[in-house]
Amino acid sequence: MRFMVMIKANAKSEAGVMPSERLLTEMGKFNEELVKAGVLLAGEGLHPSSKGTRVRFSGSSRTVIDGPFPETKELVAGFWLIQVSSKEEAIEWVKRIPNPDGDDGEVEIRQVFDAEDFGAEFTTEARALEERMRSELASRGTSG
Amino acid sequence: MTAPDIHRTIDAVWRIESAKLIAGLTRVVRDVGLAEDLAQDALLAALEQWPKSGVPDNPGAWLMAIGKRRAIDQMRRNPMLDRKHAEIGHDLESKQASPEPELAEALDDEVGDDLLRLVFIACHPVLSTEARVALTLRLLGGLTTDEIARAFLVPEPTIAQRIVRAKKTLADKKVPFEVPRGAELAARVSSVLEVIYLIFNEGYSATSGEDWVRPNLCQDALRLGRIVAELAPNEPEVHGLVSLMEIQASRLRARVGPSGEPIVLLDQNRSKWDRLLIQRGLAALERAESLGGALGPFALQAAIAACHARARTADETDWRRIASLYQALAQVTPSPIVELNRAVAVSMADGPAAGLALVDTLTSEPTLAKYHLLPSVRGDFLRKLGRFEEARVELERAASMTRNARERELLLERARACAESARA
Repeated sequence: MRFMVMIKANAKSEAGVMPSERLLTEMGKFNEELVKAGVLLAGEGLHPSSKGTRVRFSGSSRTVIDGPFPETKELVAGFWLIQVSSKEEAIEWVKRIPNPDGDDGEVEIRQVFDAEDFGAEFTTEARALEERMRSELASRGTSG
Repeated sequence: MTAPDIHRTIDAVWRIESAKLIAGLTRVVRDVGLAEDLAQDALLAALEQWPKSGVPDNPGAWLMAIGKRRAIDQMRRNPMLDRKHAEIGHDLESKQASPEPELAEALDDEVGDDLLRLVFIACHPVLSTEARVALTLRLLGGLTTDEIARAFLVPEPTIAQRIVRAKKTLADKKVPFEVPRGAELAARVSSVLEVIYLIFNEGYSATSGEDWVRPNLCQDALRLGRIVAELAPNEPEVHGLVSLMEIQASRLRARVGPSGEPIVLLDQNRSKWDRLLIQRGLAALERAESLGGALGPFALQAAIAACHARARTADETDWRRIASLYQALAQVTPSPIVELNRAVAVSMADGPAAGLALVDTLTSEPTLAKYHLLPSVRGDFLRKLGRFEEARVELERAASMTRNARERELLLERARACAESARA
């Protein structure tokens, strides 16, 4: 299962204040833990919303609105994409996000739609073909 | 938190912590079987206490502390164990439950080493492949016996027995808890990668229906591969395997048609390929290549998969490169099937005559005698060369060799088309 983990913004991140050295170090170690556990797919920090833009849709009209945006606590400041066995595992990892400066904050976890969610299924016959193709080819150095 | 909630949380903590826990305990008691039992004891303690006390801030450390305490108890009760172990026990007692930061960092390296040792032991060649797979999923993947059983469509007691016997074999043969060195290392690494790829293929080939545990095997294998890549970053074949799995996994969504029929690579809708996984796969391949030396079989297979992954459409495929990669693969793992695939790549690059010349060297290969893809490929080359009557014969032969009804139908259709072209 995949989850998008979104760190919400706060006044500091919106002001472009650099994270403390302690936070940077501990965040680095946390990212390393995600990599070593084989669960990190991607992760990035986002520039403050003062550098951001929104495009509002209404029918065929498009309105471009430049940041900054007021609702700080709802803004996304950074994200990870993780691959874990369950939502509970995602929550456990998120609880381990370091917060050495003792700030208040919020992290949102949202599941990503996967292939299974779209209900593709093999028929028994098709699966048999696939299995034979794979077992014959896979161990001999070909891929499909 | 409700009772089922706390149980799911404990399961999640187990997924995250169990491999490190077992590895750390193995270092203490020098017996994987005993270590796992101690780890299970710690899990039981968690299941008893955490619903009341809540999940501790550092669940890993909590579990390890319980495990080590039980280990000391065991060692006291068992006069057969080494004096050495008794000394280790004494050392453990005098350490704090939560160590100082510098000690924590030193322990971190130890944790990595222990985990790597556990990987090698679970995949030890003294065990049968089935045993290695079950043990790896259990000790390193954190899967329950039931989950493993469902994944491989065997009864749970079968898996349970397999694991019990595997641990006994490791104990009887006194398999050491160490990272192999020197000449032994390459073969042992191969053994690990073989297990992980087997798990991956089990999931990849069975992307089906009722039981989601089976496609999850791909994810479990990918996760294990990524873990080993961080534990053994200087082994190029590990990155090669990870690359191959990331790229193959990138195609999972494109492999099945609307009525559940499989779609071969060249016919897949490439917009359904997962580009994030492709990028990860290409990055892993680069890691393998940057370590220098000739590419091993997994890295070569990954490089072939990467050629397909880089092509925006089937027409843009770099077949010449694929052909030369198959040639390199044939040097490293010679096999008629590799040759057959090379022939296909050569025909795409240089035309059907070149492909046919290669395939004709394989027609008397005993291992390919019952392999329907050989006459199928040969028939295709002949058809492209306008030799329709010969093509029809080959395609009909291929049809008679396949047990799959849908495939037989497709081959007979192609044979009929050749018959018509022959008459025209």
